[in-house]
Amino acid sequence: LTVHLCGLELAHPIVNASGTFDLIAADAAFGESLRTDFPFAAFVSKTITLEPRHGNPPPRLWESPAGLINSIGLPNKGLAGYLAEDLPALTALLAGIGTHAPVPLITNVMGSTAAEIGQLLGACEERAEIAAVELNVSCPNVSTGLDIGADPALLRAVLREVRPALSKPLIVKLTPNTADVAACAQAAEEGGADAVSLINTLRAMALAPSAGARSSADLRGAARSRADTAPRPAGSEPVGVPWLGGTTGGLSGPAIRPVALAQVAAVAARVSLPVIGMGGVQSSRHAQDLLDVGATLVAIGSESFRDPAAGARIARGL
Amino acid sequence: VSARAGSTADEPGDRAVDAKARMRVQAPASRRRLTVVGRQELGPYRVLRLADPDGPVPQPGQFAMLAAVQEWGGGADERPYLPRAFSIARWRGGEADYLLEDVGPGTHRLCELQAGEEVWVLGPLGNGFALPDSGRRAILVGGGVGIAPLAILQDVLAQRQPTTDPSPNDSSTTPAEPSTTPADSSTTPAEPSTTPADSSTTPAEPSTTPADSSTTPAEPSTTPANPSTDDGFTVLLGFRDGARAEGAALLDGARVATDDGSVGHDGLVTDLLAEELDRGDAGAGAGQQPPTVYACGPAPMLEAVRALCTARQVPAQLALESGMACGFGACFGCVVPRRGGGYLRVCLDGPVIDAAMLDSVDAHAGAPA
Repeated sequence: LTVHLCGLELAHPIVNASGTFDLIAADAAFGESLRTDFPFAAFVSKTITLEPRHGNPPPRLWESPAGLINSIGLPNKGLAGYLAEDLPALTALLAGIGTHAPVPLITNVMGSTAAEIGQLLGACEERAEIAAVELNVSCPNVSTGLDIGADPALLRAVLREVRPALSKPLIVKLTPNTADVAACAQAAEEGGADAVSLINTLRAMALAPSAGARSSADLRGAARSRADTAPRPAGSEPVGVPWLGGTTGGLSGPAIRPVALAQVAAVAARVSLPVIGMGGVQSSRHAQDLLDVGATLVAIGSESFRDPAAGARIARGL
Repeated sequence: VSARAGSTADEPGDRAVDAKARMRVQAPASRRRLTVVGRQELGPYRVLRLADPDGPVPQPGQFAMLAAVQEWGGGADERPYLPRAFSIARWRGGEADYLLEDVGPGTHRLCELQAGEEVWVLGPLGNGFALPDSGRRAILVGGGVGIAPLAILQDVLAQRQPTTDPSPNDSSTTPAEPSTTPADSSTTPAEPSTTPADSSTTPAEPSTTPADSSTTPAEPSTTPANPSTDDGFTVLLGFRDGARAEGAALLDGARVATDDGSVGHDGLVTDLLAEELDRGDAGAGAGQQPPTVYACGPAPMLEAVRALCTARQVPAQLALESGMACGFGACFGCVVPRRGGGYLRVCLDGPVIDAAMLDSVDAHAGAPA
């Protein structure tokens, strides 16, 4: 099952989607048990930004039909914190996993300008522990408000500007929230990307449940204020209020799997770059579908939430 | 067992989220397929008993992610999709009890399960309660279905008691099995040197409730109630109404409050807590340590507990609830605001969090789970 991606040799084609597996946290939760049957052939970090971010205010999650809407907001320690704290910790953990060679570390970064992105890539260039960089381009351009990755011309221009800062493989994580994802993939190729990954989450929204629906959930049990049981005046309840603290979020899970298959197929048909496919994969069959339409690797995201060993199970079944 | 003091903190430059090391038993890094071996009704609640012969012995306050193996999905609004987090309510002889209330598609499906059906379980997860230092009284405060982690805590506290209780020594019902846990970690000075024989204070079994289900293995129903106030811990439980107050049978010797006044104190459980704390203040001799409060329940109750304890400088450990997708720090969805800025992940930094770490406890439950 050994596969090659941009010069990296991987034991199998299954990796994690950025932001869906915190290796440091998982080590605290599972310890040795995680290392003995590690689910991923390469590990992709969550998105690192130049400055630290606390992330979005809660609520951050909404369970939707066969899926999940998240509005996490890319919490991270910032580039300096990542390099000083997380990178050594991740490197040590990954060194203890590989049977032959350490599991490669792919660092995911995001910036809102070419200058920011260039700075992030330059920092990754200097750290030998980082095998490759994945660039999250689902970030609004500061002047236009459009996601950099949603506009092929902008994406091509930004990549051409930042590409010289990195000699390591550069993977561009495309956004699905665009008119023509294949055109964006082609722009990434022309801008100097070594691989593309898709799909990121689909923009989505949920409204706060009515007070009637809420009462049985967050007022479960007892010991609440008796005032809560008093009937509310008719019409006093606000409607149309977004549930997520970030207003909108990203949809993931099996609900998006057919969309992912279509977009991965379209991109693989358009570009000659290796493609990392992802979106709602829950089984080896789903992973094989993405490989069959041209993906080189398959990433597991939300399914790891349901079972941290999902990646290992899926890899074994291929 | 490992004691972790905030080593998973995600806040920039912060390496010490929690001043007090908490006990965490690590889980196998894969969900386990377990069989339902018993279910019991306690008013509107269900006690789901799962055989978990290979599972690690949990620490009180830890939780697990549960999902039915069959028919998980396709319920209301085509949910559930994600597993649901539940405190481990009891652990005895390789069997785990979970307390459920049917409030949404996930809990509804789990409440339907019958003996012989199967459940995916990932756990134990999170940081549990830090047991009180010797000489400190514990006050356990629970509300509604949130009483669950206090049951296993009571089991462990009861085992720490001096063996002066006249109840029969029946090691077969020893809860929480602390003797099989490497609990002699130097990071937990108050940890018991409890031996397997030191089980004379066996707490009341759930079968003492009149709503006993025939599928629940028979347990001795003659176990005497633990006198609560004089031997180290006090149990205060609040419920919305009399039917839910049947859940109090999960613990032993509890004082009960109901919102509708139908059982016990007519009012809030925090009324009882204030009474306990203020009586303790009045009666405490010089040099006597204040009690430690252990609380789990709905957010408004926890906020009231936090405020009461903060005002009296009584340490409180709050077991929080939050919607979460994973339970092991991956999704970053379950955060609560941390005092001083930033967020704590309930699944990783908690679910048991020192009240001093929070400015307030806010409710933000989502759609019925």
